[in-house]
Amino acid sequence: MSLPTRPAPAGRVRSFINRLRTGDEVAHLITLLFATSIFLVTALLVFELYDNSALPRHKFGWAFFVTQTWDPVFENFGALPFIYGTVVTSALALLIAVPLGVGAAIFLAELAPRPISDALTFIIELLAAVPTVIFGLIGMFVLVPFMRVYVEPFLKATLGFLPLFKGPLYGIGFLTAGVLLGIIVIPFIVSVSREVLLAVPVDQREAALALGATKWEATWKVVVPFARTGIFGSIFLSMARALGETMAVTMVIGNVPKIATSLFAPGYSIAAIIANEFSEATGDLYVQSLVELGLVLFLLTILLNGLARLMIVATAKRGTSQE
Amino acid sequence: MNYRYAWRRVVNAVMLTLTGLCALVTVSALFLILGYLVYNGGRDLSWDFFTKLPKPVGETGGGMANAIVGSGKLLLLAAMIGVPVGFMGGVYLAEYGGKTFSFLVRYTADLLNGVPSVVMGIFIYTAVVIPMRGYSALAGGLALGVMLMPIVLRSTEQFLRAVPVSLREGAMALGARKWKAILTVVIPAGYKGIATGILLSLARVAGETAPLLFTSASNRFWSHGWLHGETASLPVMIFYYALSAYDDWHRQAWAAGLVLLTLVLFANIGAKLILSRSATR
Amino acid sequence: MSSVTNDAVMAKLSSGNQPAEPGDKPAVVATPKITSSGLDFYYGSRKTLHDISLSVAEKKITALIGPSGCGKSTFLRTLNRMYEMVRFARAEGDVRLDGDNILEMDVAKLRRRVGMVFQKSNPFPKSIFDNVAYGLRVNGWKGALADVVERSLKRAAIWDEVKDRLHKSAYGLSGGQQQRLCIARALAVEPEVLLLDEPCSALDPIATAKIEELLFALKELCTIVIVTHNMQQAARVADYTGFFLLGKLIEFNETPIIFKRPAKKETEDYITGRFG
Repeated sequence: MSLPTRPAPAGRVRSFINRLRTGDEVAHLITLLFATSIFLVTALLVFELYDNSALPRHKFGWAFFVTQTWDPVFENFGALPFIYGTVVTSALALLIAVPLGVGAAIFLAELAPRPISDALTFIIELLAAVPTVIFGLIGMFVLVPFMRVYVEPFLKATLGFLPLFKGPLYGIGFLTAGVLLGIIVIPFIVSVSREVLLAVPVDQREAALALGATKWEATWKVVVPFARTGIFGSIFLSMARALGETMAVTMVIGNVPKIATSLFAPGYSIAAIIANEFSEATGDLYVQSLVELGLVLFLLTILLNGLARLMIVATAKRGTSQE
Repeated sequence: MNYRYAWRRVVNAVMLTLTGLCALVTVSALFLILGYLVYNGGRDLSWDFFTKLPKPVGETGGGMANAIVGSGKLLLLAAMIGVPVGFMGGVYLAEYGGKTFSFLVRYTADLLNGVPSVVMGIFIYTAVVIPMRGYSALAGGLALGVMLMPIVLRSTEQFLRAVPVSLREGAMALGARKWKAILTVVIPAGYKGIATGILLSLARVAGETAPLLFTSASNRFWSHGWLHGETASLPVMIFYYALSAYDDWHRQAWAAGLVLLTLVLFANIGAKLILSRSATR
Repeated sequence: MSSVTNDAVMAKLSSGNQPAEPGDKPAVVATPKITSSGLDFYYGSRKTLHDISLSVAEKKITALIGPSGCGKSTFLRTLNRMYEMVRFARAEGDVRLDGDNILEMDVAKLRRRVGMVFQKSNPFPKSIFDNVAYGLRVNGWKGALADVVERSLKRAAIWDEVKDRLHKSAYGLSGGQQQRLCIARALAVEPEVLLLDEPCSALDPIATAKIEELLFALKELCTIVIVTHNMQQAARVADYTGFFLLGKLIEFNETPIIFKRPAKKETEDYITGRFG
């Protein structure tokens, strides 16, 4: 038997021209072009961010990340207050959203009867679609007074010995921004965690139940550990979401570029300062420093999203490989 | 032994309640939001709101007609830019793609999807607003359009892949060429999912504020044309009115929020209903 | 080469047939519509069909039988080049339709002449009328559609059941009806050959019987090649039968000979159920 040979070059050219005439190659090319344009757009985005932050990168270098001052007048820009604000509000947000969100996900995926679970999931997914500027509206006019009048005095009275809860109560500030961010982020944790839990193979649950475990025990001791990585993935995804959230935070954080130990103090986040000052910034160094902040945010979210996706895929693979 | 078992059952019941409470608290957030919007904004939803321009600063009354039209303009531009790219790209991934290239395209789309919306605003500012020397509806539409691309791409690919291979085989066995089979059988088979995917993605970008702040910005008049001048939009108006010092503007912000949320919710509920009905075939 | 030994043996066994000719041209059939000579099939570097040589008789029913994975469906799909939808799939050899090289023809033209009905019915999400008319429209048919649609539905023995709901969705039909619709759809373009890939495997016995009855009428219109895992079906409907095993054509002859006096032990083992 002779080895399989490729058709002669002349034949391939002829068949290419034939395919061109029949329209298949054209369709292939057209769709390919559109798919490639996604590359081009992304590449352009990265380029623009990098290119337009050249000035501060050269002038400040790595010091940019540890400088506390943000002084447009004397052109001294440092990212630290904003990184601090972003991290604090996101951490607060996760502190609130993770227990509530994972708890709700467990309820919806494992414990609740089907019709209730479907109805509640439907509503929670609608919550994820609410524009964040509306969250900001509610934050400003409903949450802020609520925090100022009820929550913050309570915290100060009970935990006021901690530096976290000292200082004047404005209503706006890190704490309120963190709480609002937490509310925004809960639906994402719920929906991703729920899907991750539902993807756990049925036989895992059945094995636990057959051994006499209660529904809760089967869930907590078998299903959740199995899906653990995926749930972490959902947390990372939400972190990425929280980091980039602009409008709601801008409206309640206070917009003061200072680091403070108290959660009651006003602060700033990366996204918030870009939103507030970008249009007004004068002078290349000012504008480009803001762009550099944007670049930082971009890189952070890519990292988190990438990790999150890996974790979620890993859990899914675990589910299928067990069969 | 009995005590132990009884204890376990108590734990079971308690955890069921606790986790149920978590779900309930989350769900109630939506109703709270809706409630406040209706309460604070419902009163200001008049015919004026939809048809009049904003009054000069300091005067009460007026409406947000320019913002409503502006949002429509921006969405139209965004759709014209983002939907073809996303749709065609999705067709490529589902029907033609090679393994590595497809993976790269999907990965890049996910990357693009994860870009914080304010950073998207920076991108369009540097790439479009600066060369054009000014804000425009086009810039805003581009910002939203680029945000649309990855969403439409993934959803188109997903719904095309869901069309069984047997339909493609059937079409091609009758002599249809690949592109014709895709056009006349595969896409019609998946169009419901694809259309709802596009609708949902439009609803999502309709509520975006940050990317518009320095691309289409805002104004208090009708915007002229598509290439020049600030264009008001609902979300940006809500933002600026809420931050202002005037009570009247605050009330209008609530009303605008109510309108925006109603539209977004309708789109989402509608899409979900269409999808669930077609799944039960 | 298996074809030569086949020919020699079969020439002895079968009465009234032409004597075996030297070389690898199968000599069993009188008027061959499709001839395959030394056909190999590769999936990547794996060879899944080895040197298949047979002739499909014009306007007769030829059945291909064998256990799962033996290559009968693969062979069927080379006849209308459906394998081209799969990457890394490759056919090499001489396969001809009335003398025209199947592997080099324009594929759309080939599929107009060689139609296919699949294992699981696959009507399009369109109306019954549009399903049947699809092949005509796609190939640029300029004439009146309604007449051809009606004729095809009649030939597929389903006209009476659907004539009042031509514009309703094809998905409203039962499984057996959908399969007959697919047959009508394939017949609409008036193919010279109709390939059927286990068309009844997903159907109940009554629906199966209807389709088998249909095939007898259809062979007056076109040549039929049917792959089936059901030996009794082959024995019932086919004029000629080919037995495949592990990618090779073990034996090919008139159906009565295959089932009553098979020349090869493997054939006999399969027929008598010694392996599935």
